[in-house]
Amino acid sequence: MNIIAAGIFDAFTKNNVHYLLGGLGITVGVSIISVIGSLIFGSFIGIIIYEKIPFLSRYVSIINDVIRNLPLLLIIFFVYFVLPVIGIYLPVFWATVIAMTVFESTMLAEIIRGGLLAIPIGQTEGAGSVGMTNQQALLNIILPQAIKKMIPPIISQLISLVKDTSLAVGIVLAEMTFRGQIIYAQNSNYTIPVFIALAIMYFILNYGLSLIARWFDHRMAA
Amino acid sequence: MISLLTSNFHSFLVAFGYTLLSSIIALIASTVLGTLFAILQIVPSKTANVIARAYIEVFRNIPLLIIVMFFYLVVTKIVKIGGFTAGTIGLTLYTSAFIAETVRAGINSVGIGQTEGARANGLSSWQTLRIIILPQAFKIAIPSLGNQFINLVKNSSILAFVAGGDLMYTANNVAATTFDSFNSYIIVGIFYLIITLPLNYYMKFLETKLKGMA
Repeated sequence: MNIIAAGIFDAFTKNNVHYLLGGLGITVGVSIISVIGSLIFGSFIGIIIYEKIPFLSRYVSIINDVIRNLPLLLIIFFVYFVLPVIGIYLPVFWATVIAMTVFESTMLAEIIRGGLLAIPIGQTEGAGSVGMTNQQALLNIILPQAIKKMIPPIISQLISLVKDTSLAVGIVLAEMTFRGQIIYAQNSNYTIPVFIALAIMYFILNYGLSLIARWFDHRMAA
Repeated sequence: MISLLTSNFHSFLVAFGYTLLSSIIALIASTVLGTLFAILQIVPSKTANVIARAYIEVFRNIPLLIIVMFFYLVVTKIVKIGGFTAGTIGLTLYTSAFIAETVRAGINSVGIGQTEGARANGLSSWQTLRIIILPQAFKIAIPSLGNQFINLVKNSSILAFVAGGDLMYTANNVAATTFDSFNSYIIVGIFYLIITLPLNYYMKFLETKLKGMA
């Protein structure tokens, strides 16, 4: 017990805390860029699949399903280790961002497609009968209703995005989890305190997000 | 790609078995654990509710990697466990938090009239839950439980970090020994899709079928 207690305070020297917080910055950076990217691409893919454009929608849907059903870790490794084979060299940070964006876009596309499908067909028909074009109906009638239903699942997907950034340890991105490993590799007494610190930091990030989700839920219900 | 597959077929097959084994054990264990915590959330006891809530929030908001590494590095000092066991325990705890939420949503969507009817017929509250509510709740929850299983199979790739001998771990090994990372990752991807893609389409089918019934 004494050893653990000693370790808890020793582990958090000024340097180590700085180092971990720097990792938190990278985690947040990867997350924010991937969130923006995957929201844009995800909406795009979701709408393409929903619109049932001949040929295009079908193939996009198949590719989407294939990527969605692969482990993210595999996609990260693929982007980082395989793309150089065909001459695309990416720094670790951008390899992670691209892998996360590709994977999360497909997950978000599925949520967005589902949300659009949940709107009754009568809405589209009604919009058509008052003279709206398909695009106008989608933009002005369907999307505003669908977005309300989509926001809670989208936010829980974003929570898993933040958690999944930890997988970039596999390609040695110096984010929070990796820096934690560096710290406890120097002194094994630091293992437990570092794990607790990592858990707390991820928890704060994600619980904050889930509070936002809950707040949205209440507002939408009201 | 074919030559790489044939020359390493045995190791890929064993790895496929480990991935499947880990996923199935974790699915069964986390369904039991998840149901337990779902029930703890709805029983009329403040303490039980708080404990269940805390458990779910903690495991839902911490990366799986941290949980698995914790078991692999810390718990193994007290109880000797290997990478596969540590990974499977981590997967179980992580997934059980999600399944608890799924089952709770299922329980909530069973009408209150069912409980009232069962109690009026003289069933105890435990009997009501076990005989009347849970079977209906599980029926509603099946599509999302299936999606959890797909996630579980994908998440089991985390075993690669703790030398769990799963598909991802083998892919890394084969890529490192043959320098053919392209093909080894593609092959392993196909192995994952063999499990997840049919399940994915079956779950979609079930969802539309349930929607049609409602």
